[in-house]
Amino acid sequence: MALFDVGGFKPSAELRGQIFPAKSHLVDRVNHYSFGTKTQEFAVPLGVDPSGFLKSCNSEGGVCIDLNHGTTTLAFKFKHGVIVAVDSRASAGRYLASNDVNKVIEINPYLLGTMSGSAADCQYWERLLAKECRLYRLRNNHRISVAAASKLLSNMMVGYRGMGLSMGSMICGWDKKGPGLYYVDSNGTRLSGSMFSTGCGNSYAYGVVDSGYREDMTVEEAYELGRRGIVHATHRDAYSGGVVNMYHMQEDGWIKVCKEDVSELIHRYKKGMF
Amino acid sequence: MEYLLGIQGKDFVLVAADNVAASSIIQMKHDYDKMFKLSEKILMLCVGEAGDTVQFAEYIQKNVQLYKMRNGYELSPAAAANFTRKNLADYLRSRTPYHVNLLLAGYDDTDGPGLFYMDYLSSLAKAPFAAHGYGAFLTLSILDRYYKPDLTKDEAVDLLKKCVEELNRRFILNLHSFTVRLIDKEGIHDMEKITIGAK
Repeated sequence: MALFDVGGFKPSAELRGQIFPAKSHLVDRVNHYSFGTKTQEFAVPLGVDPSGFLKSCNSEGGVCIDLNHGTTTLAFKFKHGVIVAVDSRASAGRYLASNDVNKVIEINPYLLGTMSGSAADCQYWERLLAKECRLYRLRNNHRISVAAASKLLSNMMVGYRGMGLSMGSMICGWDKKGPGLYYVDSNGTRLSGSMFSTGCGNSYAYGVVDSGYREDMTVEEAYELGRRGIVHATHRDAYSGGVVNMYHMQEDGWIKVCKEDVSELIHRYKKGMF
Repeated sequence: MEYLLGIQGKDFVLVAADNVAASSIIQMKHDYDKMFKLSEKILMLCVGEAGDTVQFAEYIQKNVQLYKMRNGYELSPAAAANFTRKNLADYLRSRTPYHVNLLLAGYDDTDGPGLFYMDYLSSLAKAPFAAHGYGAFLTLSILDRYYKPDLTKDEAVDLLKKCVEELNRRFILNLHSFTVRLIDKEGIHDMEKITIGAK
């Protein structure tokens, strides 16, 4: 470029060659911070259609490896932080694979991610996110913001758009701006907000949490609301169930609130109603 | 389901966008801003497939800003519209097309106000008024009927309110709030949000 000639600009690689002896890798930081977009972790071979292949693997195609889809997760912000509550049922098509799965991924003491959609995709990409967040902390000496962490994840999703990833996740955390809550899904959608619910039971959870929500709830009220949201969603949604896992994001990091069986809870709630 | 509207006056453009971010039948967010500031006097309104909209709009936004840094002056609204069109057309013919519908509104110091309509097939048209989404079927006729090229800012806001009223009368889906912005020679101004009924 003409401007570079006038200014005598030299690419850093050339300058480094002058300063350091050849083959020195001391300051080799070309890919210092790629934000997850430049280097794809998987190279997709040309002419291969991953989403088409996935389609051939579900029950209609003969080979039955349906992905884990049924879930209910919810998270909301309130005066004292963020509440994250999830169910624990893992289904693979019509088969109930497990009733005791922890669908909250503990990224670090100040970040939580929830899983819905394909369990494999969520676990893999959120673990990759955990790596990026740790690297950010080591490079910059301060924690990554919730906004940046969620953007990293959404950039990873965008890099594989249309290739059959399936993920709906909420990234919850606490940073300099206070509590943070973002929704990220495999379309590359990334939304910030004060309340989200994902998974196929989300409409039931939204119904309960929307009607009981107040910004100035006490901590106990919020726990009860989170519990109620998951319990009523699992009651109506066949693909959700198991236990309620609940976390509370506070200023000094998250705590695990409870792990309670939904069938016991629903009987406690319904006592006297039948 | 989504709705975008732009009305151009003699020395301004008024734009409005609904505030809903939806995922299948669920409204995920009620205060979502679908407008992207490309430069001091250009706004881009973007609807379409989830994920594509933000990704494409931010890509255009960052490139328009890069142009300003490299050259020391900003793109005109017409130039920004043609740049966007070219990119969208190129992506349309790639392995990963963007499904986005756009309105691009801006004010140029020499050309005056400009409003551009673009759909996901990247057809570009300069228009005195334009709308996107199902709402366009109901409101374009209102704009045809009441639009005057020399309308004032207040008249434009009234016309916008007429359109929103019609949406709430005839459209089955509920869009309860709209971001409204106005662009004139001073830049981009936030106007009062239009909200209908209780939230």
